[in-house]
Amino acid sequence: MHDLFQWAWLIPALPFLSFLLIAFVTKRSKGLSSTISILAILTSLGLAIAIALSIIRAGEEIVEHPAIVNVNWLNIFGLNIDFGTIIDPLSGMMLFVVTLVASMVQIYSLGYMHGDKGWSRYYAYQSLFAGSMLGMVLATNLLQLYIFWELVGLCSYLLIGFWYFKVSAREAAKKAFMTTRVGDFGLLLGMIFLYNKFGTLDFAALAAALNTNFANVAVVGTVGYVTVMAFLIFMGPVGKSGQFPLHVWLPDAMEGPTPVSALIHAATMVVAGVYLVARMYFLFDASPAALQFIGGIGAFTAIFAASIAIAQNDIKRILAYSTLSQLGYMMFALGVGSFSGSMFHLMTHAFFKALMFLGAGSVILAVHHKQDIWDMGGLWKKMPITGWTFFIGVMAISGMPPFAGFFSKDEILANALQNGHPIIYAVGLFTAFLTAFYMCRLFFVVFMGPEKSENHTHESPWSMTIPLIILAFFSVVGGWAALPEHNFAFFVHFGEFEHEAINWTLAGISVIAGLLGIGLAYAIYVKKLISAESIVTRFPRVYKVLRNKYYVDELYLWIIHNVMDGFSKVLYWFDIFVVDGIINGIALITRGSAKTLRLTSTGQVQTYAMVFFFAVVVLFMAFAIGEGQLTALNPLATLGGVK
Amino acid sequence: MNLSNLGNLSVGLSTYLLVAAMLFCLGLYGVFAKRNMIAILMSIELMLNAVNINFVAFNRFLWNQKIDVHYVLTGHVSALFVIIVAASEVAVGLALIIAVYRNRKSTNVDEFNWLKW
Repeated sequence: MHDLFQWAWLIPALPFLSFLLIAFVTKRSKGLSSTISILAILTSLGLAIAIALSIIRAGEEIVEHPAIVNVNWLNIFGLNIDFGTIIDPLSGMMLFVVTLVASMVQIYSLGYMHGDKGWSRYYAYQSLFAGSMLGMVLATNLLQLYIFWELVGLCSYLLIGFWYFKVSAREAAKKAFMTTRVGDFGLLLGMIFLYNKFGTLDFAALAAALNTNFANVAVVGTVGYVTVMAFLIFMGPVGKSGQFPLHVWLPDAMEGPTPVSALIHAATMVVAGVYLVARMYFLFDASPAALQFIGGIGAFTAIFAASIAIAQNDIKRILAYSTLSQLGYMMFALGVGSFSGSMFHLMTHAFFKALMFLGAGSVILAVHHKQDIWDMGGLWKKMPITGWTFFIGVMAISGMPPFAGFFSKDEILANALQNGHPIIYAVGLFTAFLTAFYMCRLFFVVFMGPEKSENHTHESPWSMTIPLIILAFFSVVGGWAALPEHNFAFFVHFGEFEHEAINWTLAGISVIAGLLGIGLAYAIYVKKLISAESIVTRFPRVYKVLRNKYYVDELYLWIIHNVMDGFSKVLYWFDIFVVDGIINGIALITRGSAKTLRLTSTGQVQTYAMVFFFAVVVLFMAFAIGEGQLTALNPLATLGGVK
Repeated sequence: MNLSNLGNLSVGLSTYLLVAAMLFCLGLYGVFAKRNMIAILMSIELMLNAVNINFVAFNRFLWNQKIDVHYVLTGHVSALFVIIVAASEVAVGLALIIAVYRNRKSTNVDEFNWLKW
């Protein structure tokens, strides 16, 4: 084992340390807080890069034998939980992505959050988030992962509600926390079920137990058990990664500061669910039904969110729905067995989506905190760096070669078709078309078109543009990891590795779909060949439904108002009349009997003595009479006394 | 126990037991009925002495054995123990009564119903 891998725990530890330092020591000093936070995450980034390089150098060896370090944390009554770090290509990739995006976002925030009152608090949260996310990536068992999983959820809550004086931010934070909680509950149940059946939560041990016992009906029960476990575990990712029907929190989460959206709600935390499914893939792989379900949910989320994104006007919300759609992509990729494709897309998506969110932040700052894309326009000339980098992001997500998204999307779609899922392939392809369309709509409306004179725009400061440039660089070259002989899939794969060359026919079809989307957006929003208004007036119903996000929020509200409140009323009645009735009844009986019995208490010792004496006499007589039958109960007889 | 023995004027175990029972009942009555604490204490002494009589009587009539040339005197020794305990009990009891009297200027138990809420 490589010595360096022993020190992997430092990667999450440093940001945690920085969080503690900021929270308890340097809170008052703004400059010091941000410096500590950024230094910590940059050191982690350095370590992550070193580890990634070691993994690439180690090659086959590390793919076959992940470097696992475990320290016993808890051992009570047979419950044995370790804390540890796992270094394999999957976690190595995640470490690199998380530290890179986190450090870019923290540097970017120097410019974006300039002059904010909560500066130190912001960097404390950022550090806490980075530490939790990295700890989650390195987790060797489900419980450790769950702890950090909840911690990133907490950070998400804190950062969405960062501007807590805004009502909408508070509401969004609560919504995010509670919606994901629904999924987390399923995850917890799944964990308990797994522990109950296998007696361990360690990933490696679980995988081994599942492999050896899968055929053994006596131990596992039936395949049905595995399916139930897989479904329960999958509930967590549904909540965290915003899959339908728990997707509603993610668009609202855009109330947080834009860099936070870039880091947590686009690049890292929301892919935690995808990462969990990948980590537990041995479980899902054992249950065809669960895989099919994941594929279905993922594909539906992909096209569902993409269609909503078309009709949105808020720049951040468009990106949020696009994130949902891409998360659906990753999820259905796992469902159709494209393990490496999904992880590859996770990586490239992190780069280009963080890039676009940061670009959007740059734009929002430039137009003085307006978020409606129709209030922007003609920013291309005013903001060349933001414009160019955003363009790269749009090309990447639209799947244009040679940008990163092309390679990952192509791999997923090719795998979907080859593994016999033509419907999911078609949905994915159509989603790719929609994605290209709405992203280009966003791009053309914001950066092309007439300039709005009331926006006195200017390019953002260096602290913001440099992260954009670095992320743009990775949005281009990130995809090239698919090209060499020992490509991305060689390192990150499940089961047997087969080298697959890029299928140029399928790739061509995807590119054509993307080009169609771009062309359509160009025709409508630049050339104005087709008027957007005329489409809206021709299909008013469709537009209205899309504009209102399929009324999912309204449906949930209706359910809560009617079903849940009704049920609560029943419970309330039960509580008031039955539970309280029993309690009050007991109290009344006690009081009533006490009232009567206290009359016998005269306070005269002699009375008590008399009662005591005659009671003894009565008892004695009772025993004397019952002596024949109840010899065993007779205290005198048992003592060997009077006969 | 045969009360008809009284008719023969022979003095047996039942005679002693009868005397002891009467003494005990007198003591019991005193404990229940007397209002003066010292009288109650004296009544308790009566009851204890009734027990002593029983001890000695039982020893004499039911346990009249010899080991070598000596009689076994378990009951007598028990009675002695009871007398010792009774003496200490009187000492403690009187001390309590004096303490109560200093507080309340009375030894009438009717006035001492502090146990009642």
